[in-house]
Amino acid sequence: MIRIDGLRKTFRGRGHPVTAVDGVDLHVREGEVFGVVGRSGAGKSTLLRCVNLLERPDEGRVVVDGVELSALREDRLRRARQGIGMVHQHFALLSSRTAAGNVEFALEVMGVPRRERAARVAELLDLVGLSDRAGAYPAQLSGGQKQRVGIARALAGRPRVLLSDEATSALDPETTGAILTLLRDLTRRLGLTILLITHEMDVVKRLCDSVAVMREGRFVESGPVADLIARPGSELARDLFPLGPVPALPETVLLDVTLAGRTADETVVSTLSRRYDLDVRIVGGAVEQLAAGRAGRLRLAVPGTPDRVEPAVRGLREAGLAVEVAR
Amino acid sequence: MISPDLAPMLWQGLRETAYMVGVATLLSAVGGLLVGVLLVLTDRGGLLAARPLNALLGLVVNVGRSLPFIILLVAIIPFTRALVGTTIGTTAAIVPLTVSAIPFYARIVEAAVREVGRDVIDAARAMGASRSQIIFKLLLREARPGLVAGLTITVVALIGYSAMAGVVGGGGLGDLALRYGYQRFEDDVMIGTVVLLVVVVQLVQMLGDLVARRLSHR
Repeated sequence: MIRIDGLRKTFRGRGHPVTAVDGVDLHVREGEVFGVVGRSGAGKSTLLRCVNLLERPDEGRVVVDGVELSALREDRLRRARQGIGMVHQHFALLSSRTAAGNVEFALEVMGVPRRERAARVAELLDLVGLSDRAGAYPAQLSGGQKQRVGIARALAGRPRVLLSDEATSALDPETTGAILTLLRDLTRRLGLTILLITHEMDVVKRLCDSVAVMREGRFVESGPVADLIARPGSELARDLFPLGPVPALPETVLLDVTLAGRTADETVVSTLSRRYDLDVRIVGGAVEQLAAGRAGRLRLAVPGTPDRVEPAVRGLREAGLAVEVAR
Repeated sequence: MISPDLAPMLWQGLRETAYMVGVATLLSAVGGLLVGVLLVLTDRGGLLAARPLNALLGLVVNVGRSLPFIILLVAIIPFTRALVGTTIGTTAAIVPLTVSAIPFYARIVEAAVREVGRDVIDAARAMGASRSQIIFKLLLREARPGLVAGLTITVVALIGYSAMAGVVGGGGLGDLALRYGYQRFEDDVMIGTVVLLVVVVQLVQMLGDLVARRLSHR
């Protein structure tokens, strides 16, 4: 649904040039929620803005829904953008228009005739659960309500693709949860494909099917969430399930075990105790139900020496688990 | 002692001031909007980025802003003659008033339009809005409270400038105060015009504030 090849974007301002996106390839399949995570300054935002050509890439191709946007001239591009919804971190609503007026603005831009607009606005506000606040101005709405207006507006053109620029970063955790549920729900109901950027791991957990980790303009890892987590040394796994500092336990070996994908339901603890006759303590970890399936990481403390534990580690790895010896 | 001519004189002066300021306001609102919006659009990163034009426009505006009104009034006499066929009278005074108010209002318009957030403009672009849609449906509409507040300031400034219109025989309340009240020591005329001017400015400001508040939903 979205395909990006060899994307590069450098900003030449007054200072020295900054390469924000440095050769990114990306493929988002239809119906998928694809998240790009990374710290601020990693180039996520520029990448997203290059997808609907708000920024024109220096190099590379951008194809959305079969149309090569990067090859389009301004007038054709405008038409194509109407089929791509965008949700913004700070909502970007017009303060001079009501919630309904903001949604109607998108319809006006698209040239929807006046008499058809009212019904469509009502339908869109209903879709995001905001019918009762149609006449309120943005200043009278809470953050979550503003973002609901933003989402309704983004859906005005019946897009097949939604771009989300840190849609929940300005919201409190509870509201974030409600907005994520709404997005997940809309994806299923409307068959949307979503490309989102975020620095919040909760968004990845609750929404994403696939993820790319971005740093200094490049993807350092990318793929389906479960595959990435299960990969040994995965940065994503560490960010999603942080285990904290290694505790000082004398004469003990610490094993960090990652459960994801087909190993999500491995009976690690009983395997260690029964087959390898080891006493196992759980000293840290979490297992959660993600949008992409159950996954987690466990930190296990096993008394003994590394030599004594070695066969067990090999056995777990042969079973497909990512195991790191923390100490 | 209050002269019996006072009321008709004040009425005459008020009408002349209203005429000069009214027409000058209309013309400078249009001109100021045009120049102010162009200042924003042609700036670096603007929707119609064109640095040389922006620099030229900025220079012209600054020259206009730096000339004291009384000097501008005299300096553009040939221009006034070419435009309205005369250099004296109320209509002739409208030309320098407008020329002076356009750059004044343009800077206010520029500031008001710049207040519209970059993110809102990006959102409109992402929806597929055209440049003209962004300018007319978004920028000018979102900036409305600031534009109205700025126009109020411009009207008040124009009322002040119009006091100097007497130099070219423009008449008006300021001229009345200068000729009768100041030069002929007729205190009743002086006090009458001052009171009237205060009342007029007060009304203009109140009306402007009311409209701006109605338009603002921030």
